[in-house]
Amino acid sequence: MQVKEFKPLIVAFCCNWCSYAGADLAGNNRLNYPADVKIIRVPCSCRVNPMFILRAFQRGADGVIICGCHPGDCHYTSGNYYTRRRMATLFSMLDFLGIERERTRLEWVSAAEGAKFAATMNDFVEQVTALGENKRLEDLRCKR
Amino acid sequence: MQTITRQTLLDKAVSLLNSGAVTCVLGWKKGEFDYDITPAIFRSAEDLEANFVWNDFCGANFSKYLVAKTDRLDGKMLVFLKPCDTYSFNQLLTEHRFDREKVYAVGIPCEGMADIAKIKAITGDGISSIACDEKISVTTLYADAPVVIDSKDVLLERCENCKSKKHVAYDELLCEEGETIDSNRFDEVARLEAMTPDERFAFWQNELSRCIRCNACRDACPACTCEKCVFDNPKSGVENKAPANSFEEKLFHIIRAYHVAGRCTDCGECSRVCPQNIPLHLLNRKFIKDINEFYGEYQAGEEVGSRAPLVNYTQDDIEPGDVFNRGGDNNA
Repeated sequence: MQVKEFKPLIVAFCCNWCSYAGADLAGNNRLNYPADVKIIRVPCSCRVNPMFILRAFQRGADGVIICGCHPGDCHYTSGNYYTRRRMATLFSMLDFLGIERERTRLEWVSAAEGAKFAATMNDFVEQVTALGENKRLEDLRCKR
Repeated sequence: MQTITRQTLLDKAVSLLNSGAVTCVLGWKKGEFDYDITPAIFRSAEDLEANFVWNDFCGANFSKYLVAKTDRLDGKMLVFLKPCDTYSFNQLLTEHRFDREKVYAVGIPCEGMADIAKIKAITGDGISSIACDEKISVTTLYADAPVVIDSKDVLLERCENCKSKKHVAYDELLCEEGETIDSNRFDEVARLEAMTPDERFAFWQNELSRCIRCNACRDACPACTCEKCVFDNPKSGVENKAPANSFEEKLFHIIRAYHVAGRCTDCGECSRVCPQNIPLHLLNRKFIKDINEFYGEYQAGEEVGSRAPLVNYTQDDIEPGDVFNRGGDNNA
């Protein structure tokens, strides 16, 4: 019997101005990162409501990563500072409930850091693959 | 036992009502049983005489009721506020949820409210009547003599760890000005934080799997005052579907706690009203503890107009990746 290899489903929220352009640059430079990463473009990392992350987990994502501009470089001046506070409290709460802390991550990736984008994604996918399927936060009622 | 008597409150309410200073009174009346005292609006002195109740079961936080009940009100509403209610009162004022001019707030002292779950643990089920005097005497269907319990032994969790006896908002105070208290309210959170992730997961699985999604925690919470709630979304994909492994309401609880993060005054209504006795306040306290540790001490509702920590920032806040590696080694 052949055992199916585990392929994680990763949702990446990328800010339009930095990280999405960073992903673009990674592509232009022919850098490899796994196709398991599904990028969702958002106008700013602070557009990411913590509920989006929970919703992604609820519907079967195995890991969620949020990428935004470096602090101080936000296109809207201060959006990523709010993101930082929100995610710090949310990640801490998920950890408090016993959810594996490696499943969530916040990274600052600028438009010039194509290499960092690819490296981050490779690292994150590897980490989540090692953890295996997301069992603790899934909701079978919502899975497709 | 409460230090202020029903008669004192009644006299105050009747005199204000008769003088025309207020048009109605937000108070407590008996519910179906002696222990489920419910909030009620009184419009006449006769109604007050007959139905007004004040005893060890008047736990309800009135602040939230002001939002809906003063909206179309002519004149003023008299509301009795215990110290913990005044924090919610200020928080709602900060959020412009009701008109301060329409409320006459009377601060009353509180010696802590009784927890019916703890009483039932002592007396068993079948409580037919409860009399609150110096002590609480409970008559059950199955015992011959009433069981007498000291209310200090059966306090609600939130009252055992009372954070403040100080009224932060009032028009008139019926007692001495109190003080804030250095309570041990974060001890239980710290105990959980010291566990391994698997232990924590098992703990919450055990607690939250009891949830029946009655939404009482949301409905009672004075910070949850949205007119339209995300949890009433018929397209959520979970409506009318039974949970497959009985632990799927965890997301509801994370979101509920997150929605009030930074605004929660830690009044403990969520845990008080929970019919399944889930310690929901622990989730809120985790957020409060985190906010205190990451961004400096903050007590929601302490002053009107203060800026909540989650709608604020500094340039050198803690990075989300670093929140796990503070102090103690609890990594599995």
